[in-house]
Formats: sequence, structure tokens, C-alpha cells
Amino acid sequence: MNVNYLYSLLAVVVLGLVAYVGAGSVGLQGVFGIFIPYLALVIFIAGFVNRVMDWAKSPVPFRIPTTCGQQQSMDWIKQNKIDNPSTTWGVLVRMFFEIVLFRSLFRNSRVEIVGSRLSYKWVVWLWLFAILFHYSFLAVVVRHLRFFLEPVPFFVKALEQMDGILQVGLPGVFISGVTLLAGALLLLMRRILIPKINYISKAADYFPLLLIIGIALTGLTMRYFTKVDVTKVKELTMGLATFHMGIPEGGLSALFYVHLFFVCILVAYIPFSKLMHMGGVFLSPTRNLANNSRMKRHINPWNPKVKFHTYDEYEDDFREKMIEAGLPVEKE
Amino acid sequence: MNDKPKIIIGLAIFVAVFTFPIWYNRGAAAPAPEVKLSEKAKAAKQCVRDTDYMRKEHMQLLDGWRDRTVRDAMRVYEVNGKEYVASLSNTCMDCHSNKADFCDKCHNYVSVDPYCWNCHTYPKEEKK
Repeated sequence: MNVNYLYSLLAVVVLGLVAYVGAGSVGLQGVFGIFIPYLALVIFIAGFVNRVMDWAKSPVPFRIPTTCGQQQSMDWIKQNKIDNPSTTWGVLVRMFFEIVLFRSLFRNSRVEIVGSRLSYKWVVWLWLFAILFHYSFLAVVVRHLRFFLEPVPFFVKALEQMDGILQVGLPGVFISGVTLLAGALLLLMRRILIPKINYISKAADYFPLLLIIGIALTGLTMRYFTKVDVTKVKELTMGLATFHMGIPEGGLSALFYVHLFFVCILVAYIPFSKLMHMGGVFLSPTRNLANNSRMKRHINPWNPKVKFHTYDEYEDDFREKMIEAGLPVEKE
Repeated sequence: MNDKPKIIIGLAIFVAVFTFPIWYNRGAAAPAPEVKLSEKAKAAKQCVRDTDYMRKEHMQLLDGWRDRTVRDAMRVYEVNGKEYVASLSNTCMDCHSNKADFCDKCHNYVSVDPYCWNCHTYPKEEKK
């Protein structure tokens, strides 16, 4: 049995309790409502920039794109311009499909022995769960901008309209909230139930999933079941966004602080974890380099300077002696 | 290979996007709006339920009123021994007569767009 998910679950529960007791019972609303969110944002941005600059400093001397199709060759051989790009334009198209549609996940396949034959099967589930999860998360994040912007811009309102198109219940159900929870749960189930994936999963794989499930659960609970006074919530968040910090009169429920604390932990955790794929997807050299090694010479930047002495120079040095000795020379 | 300039441009976009609320609001304070209570509402002191409940759950209450009224013809809402006619236009709007000063202030602030007014009418607002 893989106990790693129990450690992660325990960590999430403890973090939730810290916020619940800290902001709820002890009353440290200023710490959980103002100080920790700012701290988390600073850690997130500084950590993220630092991590990316670290990558930027790492030399990439050679072209190492993973080639998934025919490379550029003779005119009469058809090149796969997206999966084996040789131009910047091709790379851009490839990166677009990778970042927006998760193309490499879509290609996911499973090797199986069927009877006495080895077979490769296309498996769509990971891609499906991932795209469900990521786009739901994006929609949820953009929707939350209504708490940070005043006046609320049109694109947030338009998204809310589409997201709440079902008009079920009051307050109306937002589809993305439900699909975010579903997506995270499906990804978690995948890790727990599939033996091979379970075997390679560590606490750091379960923790972000459980944390996001915690965020989704507390958020859905506040919106649909226990309720918070959203006007007060926006008063607090607008205070953060405009540097007029303050805890609204009467305070907010402990559950709200649990939600906020989970988000802060998630945001601050991003630069130090696998969640850095958020920036890393743009910088993976196996995707963002053109396969043009046969057209362009890429010189290793840390090659030592070598002093060359070419044959022409050699002949210039010894021409007369060579002629005397009867050796053939290229220039008389 | 040196892609540092490109990466730094990317990072600048990243920082700009993730600090969007800070430069969008430009530090302009946006306190929660104060609802304007009519004289009648002030005199009544309390709505059908207490203020905290009304702030958090008025939509559920109204949703319940609508369903009971329309589906079961139960037009009376009884709470704490008092009886109210379950009607948005006649009971709620009797005290909270000005939609712009009462409903819209918070709804606009938190970007909520209820579809009450697709069916219900509200008293004409005086133009000032």
C-alpha cells in the first residue's frame, strides 16, 4: 500500500485546522486575512521569477526536440511541420497545441500484452481529466476576479453568464466549480486506483491534488450551503488589491479563512513543486526548439577556444621546402 | 543558445498578468456599498428574518417563496409567529422600495445578476 496519500491528506487536514482555529477561535483574522495572502503572493512571484531565471541561465547547447514525425528532408518527402518543426513558425504552432490543448497528453498510450502479442493502445483518460481540470480551474480563477476588480470588467461577467447558463438553484450553479472538483477527484482516483501510477506516486503528487480538492470543497460549501456574506468578502479582497487593508466589520466565517489559507498555501507552494509546470510548459526544450540541426550550425557555448592551423597555412609555411623535396603543392 | 531576452519578456508578461488587480484598481479604495434603507424599513427595525440571515440567505428565501407560491399556492410565509405574504413585489418592495438604492448596490458590487426582474416589475425610480 502506498501511504503517501495519507501523509498528504494529513497535511491538508492540519493546514485546514490551523486556519479554522487560528482565524476562527483565536481570532487572528488580520494574520490569515491580510498578512498571509500578501506573503503568499510575494513568495509566488519572487519564487516563480527566480525559478525561471534559473532555467534561463541553464545552457541548452544542442537542439533536443522530441521528434514525433518526419523531419525536413528532400522536397519530395513530406515533412510533419508541427510534430517535427524546422522553423520558428512551426515551433509556435507546436507550442500552441501543447499549451492550449495538451497535445502530448493526448498521445498517451499504454503498452499491453494481448495474448502473445505486444500492443499499444491509445488511452485518452489522462488527457480528458487534465483538460477538464485545467480549464475548470482557469474559469474558476477568472471568475474570482470579481472579488478583486471594481468595477467588474465585462469578460468576468461574460464568463459568469456562460458558466451559470444552467440557471439551477439560487445562487445559480457555476459549471466550472463542479467540474473542477470532479476533475481533481478523477486525477486523484487515477493515482490511487491504477497500481502502476500508484507505485510511482509520492506525497508531493497527492498534496497539490488534495489541497485543490480542499479549496474546491470549501468554496462550494460557502457558495451553496453554509453561505458567507459576499459583500464583506469583497470588502476584504478589494482591500488587499488596493492596499487599503482591513478586516470587514464583524469579521468573516472561519470556513472562509480556511479557503483563503488553502489558496495561499497553494500559491506559495507553486514555485517549489511540480506545479511549476505552469511556467515550465513554455520552457521545455523538447518542445520549444526547432529541429534545424541539419540546416544551422549550433555551437556549444562553452567549447574551449581551439587554435586551428589549416592545411593552407601549413603549405604557406613550408611551400619551398615541400617543392625542394618534390612534394605536390596546391599553390605554386 | 541564449534565449534570455525572450524569457525575460515572458516573465514580464507573467508578472503583469498576476498583478492585474493591483494596476487595474490603481489603489482606488472600493469599500462595500452602504444600502439605503427607506424610512419604512428603518421604522420596522427588522426584516422578515434577522439582518445576518437576510444578507447571506435572502436568495434562498425568495427562491423558496417562489416555488411554494407558484407550485403549491402557499402565499403565506410564517416565521416567529408572524405571517407575511410571500411576494417580492408586494412585501419586499413595500419597504425596500428603491431597487437602485437597495438591491443593485450590492449586486453590482459583487457582480451578481439575478433574474428576478425578468418577470417582476419594480417601482419606477425617480430620476434625480
